[in-house]
Amino acid sequence: MELHDIISIRDFNKAKINHILKISEDMEKRLGRKNNSLRGKILACLFFEPSTRTRLSFETAMERMGGGIIGVSESGTTSIVKGESLKDTIKTVESYCDAIVIRHPREGAARLAANVSEIPVINAGDGSNQHPTQTLLDMYTIKREAGGLKKEVALIGDLKYGRTAHSLAYALAMFGAKITLISPKGLEMPVEVVADLEKFNTTISETNDLEGSIPGCDVLYVTRIQKERFPDPEEYEKVKGAYKITLQTLESAKRDAIILHPLPRIDEISPEVDLTKHARYFKQVYYGLPVRMAVLGLVMGAIS
Amino acid sequence: MKEVKVKRIKNGTVIDHITGGQALNVLQIIGVTKEYPKAVLTVAMNVPSKKMGVKDIVKVEGRELKADEVDKISLISPESTINIIRDHEVKEKKNVSLPKTLEGVLVCDNPNCITNFEKTKTIFVVEEKSPIKLRCSYCERTMSEKEIIKQF
Repeated sequence: MELHDIISIRDFNKAKINHILKISEDMEKRLGRKNNSLRGKILACLFFEPSTRTRLSFETAMERMGGGIIGVSESGTTSIVKGESLKDTIKTVESYCDAIVIRHPREGAARLAANVSEIPVINAGDGSNQHPTQTLLDMYTIKREAGGLKKEVALIGDLKYGRTAHSLAYALAMFGAKITLISPKGLEMPVEVVADLEKFNTTISETNDLEGSIPGCDVLYVTRIQKERFPDPEEYEKVKGAYKITLQTLESAKRDAIILHPLPRIDEISPEVDLTKHARYFKQVYYGLPVRMAVLGLVMGAIS
Repeated sequence: MKEVKVKRIKNGTVIDHITGGQALNVLQIIGVTKEYPKAVLTVAMNVPSKKMGVKDIVKVEGRELKADEVDKISLISPESTINIIRDHEVKEKKNVSLPKTLEGVLVCDNPNCITNFEKTKTIFVVEEKSPIKLRCSYCERTMSEKEIIKQF
């Protein structure tokens, strides 16, 4: 399979996602073994916005495959402060490396980078738009931990602004998962995103009721509710409490239900939940590595 | 029903078969409200039409339309026909057609879209024709007729 850029989950179909998940599985099995498939290759990590997991896992993935890394971690240290355009920055960086990973605060930045770049570009988050490798690792986690993709999945929290929730919902709908959207009033998934999901042959329901929805779910995908979205701090405190996953809220959950979170979490999931068999969010972090190894290998032509 | 009679023009453009009610937006597109405030115009709205039920007609003296203006008209009135008049005669007649993608014609309505910060041509994909829905190929947000018309 030819895969040049990874910009948006909307560019993918089921076959492509399945292929990446299959390669990710191979990568996971080979994690302990020596892997030099990207020896001599250099990856540029351009992070114009903060990141912990995404950046570290891309860098680790590259190192584990024998490649090298160059990068910038904030625009303040580059010629961008002198007014250099993103286009010129990309044209410069591409002459030093074999692939580019970019995170940028503006929506569409990764697509623009891919349009001007000859070498592969991977989107590691463009504003509130897309974060496709997060979606791929979420799909991989669901497949591995819940035993398949055609499951009953609840997306919980800020579904209005959360880019991970939008693209995961899109990918899950493609695979026929039954999706329940659970969010506080005012943070519901945008109507146009829901309309997009409805094009697929799947069931989508929306509710503000977390507790009532838990018993039917195989996967609880929890996202962060950001304080700054609420003009009234009191309203935030109320909402925060109502959408928190605690041992009590999990009493009605299926025995093998799993909880995922793209992290960082603030207090959407109480720490004692970490010790239950439901908690899989750190496993999810771990799966980021084989998935990003698969993606890097594919775009740089080391894996087909 | 009485026939509607409108004076013929010598040189210029007749835009016929405009979706009923859209004539004022067509005027915005061809710039008579801004660039050509003194243009000689004839506007007919909600004229009975066998084909369309009702239609609007716009006649502009002394002006032929540019390609991007035709593209914009196709967005809000896909069945329009453009007649170029020279010396009182129809010299050219064409239907507008809604292209699959629109390049450099519109501005993205999303203030945080990269195309509003970098010098680059916007690209919109036509996702739905009626009512019109465009998707920015950069930020992936959609624009409806209401947001599109705001730009004219």
